[in-house]
Amino acid sequence: MCGIVGLFLKDPTLETRLGALMADMLVQMSERGPDSAGFAVYGAPGGSVRMTLRSESPAADFPLLDQALSQAIGAPVALMTRDTHAVLTLPAEALDAARAALPGLRPGLSVMSFGDVIEIYKEVGLPRDVASRFGLAAMPGTHGIGHTRMATESAVTTMGAHPFSTGPDQCLVHNGSLSNHNALRRDLIREGLTFETDNDSEVAAAYLTARMAEGANLGQALETGLTDLDGFYTFVVGTRDGFGVLRDPIACKPAVLAETDRYVAFGSEYRALAGLPGIEAAKVWEPEPATVYFWSR
Amino acid sequence: MQSYDLAAGTLREMNAALQAQAGTTNETAWEILNPQGRHAIAVGLDAPLDVTVNGPTGYYCAGMNKHATVRISGNAGPGVAENMMSGTVIVDGDASQYAGATGRGGLLVIRGNASSRCGISMKGIDIVVGGSVGHLSAFMAQAGRLVVLGDAGAALGDSIYEARLYVRGRVASLGADCEEKEMRDEHRGELAELLAAAGHDADPSAFRRYGSARKLYNFNIDKLDAY
Repeated sequence: MCGIVGLFLKDPTLETRLGALMADMLVQMSERGPDSAGFAVYGAPGGSVRMTLRSESPAADFPLLDQALSQAIGAPVALMTRDTHAVLTLPAEALDAARAALPGLRPGLSVMSFGDVIEIYKEVGLPRDVASRFGLAAMPGTHGIGHTRMATESAVTTMGAHPFSTGPDQCLVHNGSLSNHNALRRDLIREGLTFETDNDSEVAAAYLTARMAEGANLGQALETGLTDLDGFYTFVVGTRDGFGVLRDPIACKPAVLAETDRYVAFGSEYRALAGLPGIEAAKVWEPEPATVYFWSR
Repeated sequence: MQSYDLAAGTLREMNAALQAQAGTTNETAWEILNPQGRHAIAVGLDAPLDVTVNGPTGYYCAGMNKHATVRISGNAGPGVAENMMSGTVIVDGDASQYAGATGRGGLLVIRGNASSRCGISMKGIDIVVGGSVGHLSAFMAQAGRLVVLGDAGAALGDSIYEARLYVRGRVASLGADCEEKEMRDEHRGELAELLAAAGHDADPSAFRRYGSARKLYNFNIDKLDAY
C-alpha cells in the first residue's frame, strides 16, 4: 500500500501556496505509507537548469561542491542545500558536463532529478518529518507530486522511495506492483536507459522517459504503457508543463480526482483533498480504469 | 437530534457513542459533522438509529450495519456498507469500489454511480444504484438483488450463484456463468418494490434480468475452459 497526492495549479495566485497545500495532503496519506516519503515540485523557470542531488553525508559532500564543479566544467554553479539534498543551478549547456563530472568529484552523490524546473526530495521516515526536513511547506511552484511509501517490492531505502525521475523534468509515483518489470528493465537498458535501484516503479518511470524520448507526449506514453506494463498500478506523473494519471484495467488501487477553476488535485483517498480551498464545490470523481487523464498548461 | 463534530472529537468516541445505543435508547436521530473522508464512520451500529453523515466519507462507512439508517450526504469511499446485516444505507453522491461487499441483508441505495466490484460476494443485501456500476459488479454474488438504473461495466455477475441482477442500461459484458434471464411478473413485482423503496419512479419493464447459468457450481472437467 502507498499514498499518492498531486496538485496541478491553474490559478497562478495559488503558486506561492503549492508547497503548503502539498505538505498537508502528504501528511494525510501517512497511514498509507509511513516508511518513506518524497515529492517533486515544479518551480519557476530561471533560464538555467537545476539538478537535485542527495548525499548520505551532506556535511562532507556539499561544502565547496559548487566551486569544485564550476572549476571542472568551466561554468558558474550555484548551490543550495536542504538537509540531505542539494540543488545545483547551472547553465543549460553545461548540464551534460556536470553530470559527467559529479561522480569523480563526489562519488557518494545520487542525482534525484534534473531539468529546467523540477526538484525532487525524498527520504526514509514519516511524511510529516520528511516534509519538514526539506521545508516543503515554504516551496512555491506550478505543480507537484508526492508519495508516501509502504514498501512491498524492494527495500526501505531513500533511493527506493518515490518519486522516480529518469528524464529531464519528468517524474513518476506509483501505488501498486508491476509483474513484468525485470524483463522490461532489460529491454530499457538495451535502449540506453540507466537504473539506480531494483524498484519496479523506477522501471515504469524509465519506460515513460523512453517513449517520450522517441517523441510521444505524456498522454501518448501512458497509452502505450497500458499494453506494455503488467501489474497493479495507479500512476501519477509529472512533466515540465503536464500532469497525468493512469490506473490499470483492474483498478484495485484507489484514486480520487478533484477539479476546480483553480486546480486539478489527485489523492489516493478523498481525505488527502479535504483541506484544499473550495473542495466542497469541486468536481470530485474516481478516475476510470485504463483511461489516461492528462492536463498541461 | 444528537450532533457529533469529528473536527472536534475522535472517531472512536463517536462510534462508541453510536454503538452504545443498542437496544436502550430513544435518541434515534444523529448527525455527524466534518467527516472529511475519514475511515470507518458509523460502523457496527446495532439499533434503529437515524444517522446522517454530513459530507464525504472514506473507507468502510456504515460497515456491518444492523437496524440503523445511515445517510451519507456526499460521496462514499471504498467498501461502504460492507457486510451490512439489515437496515438502510443511502449515499447521496457516488460510491467507490466494492460498495455493499458481502452484505447479508438490508438496503443500500446509491443515488450516483458506484465504481468497480459493486456488490461483490453479496449474500442477501439489496443494492439500488441510480447511476452506473463499474466492472466486475456482483462478482461471486450469492443472494440478494442488485438494481442498476444506468449501465453496468465489464464482466457483470462473474461466477455468480443465486443473486438476481436488474439493469436498465447497457451491459458492457457478462462474466463467466452469468446470463440474461426471462423477466416474469414476479420479477417485475419485486423490482417495482425495490425501486419504490429506493425512491425511484422508474418502469420495471425497462429493465433486463441477469442471473446464474448454474454451470460452474461443481467442478466439471468438460467445462475446464470456462473456469
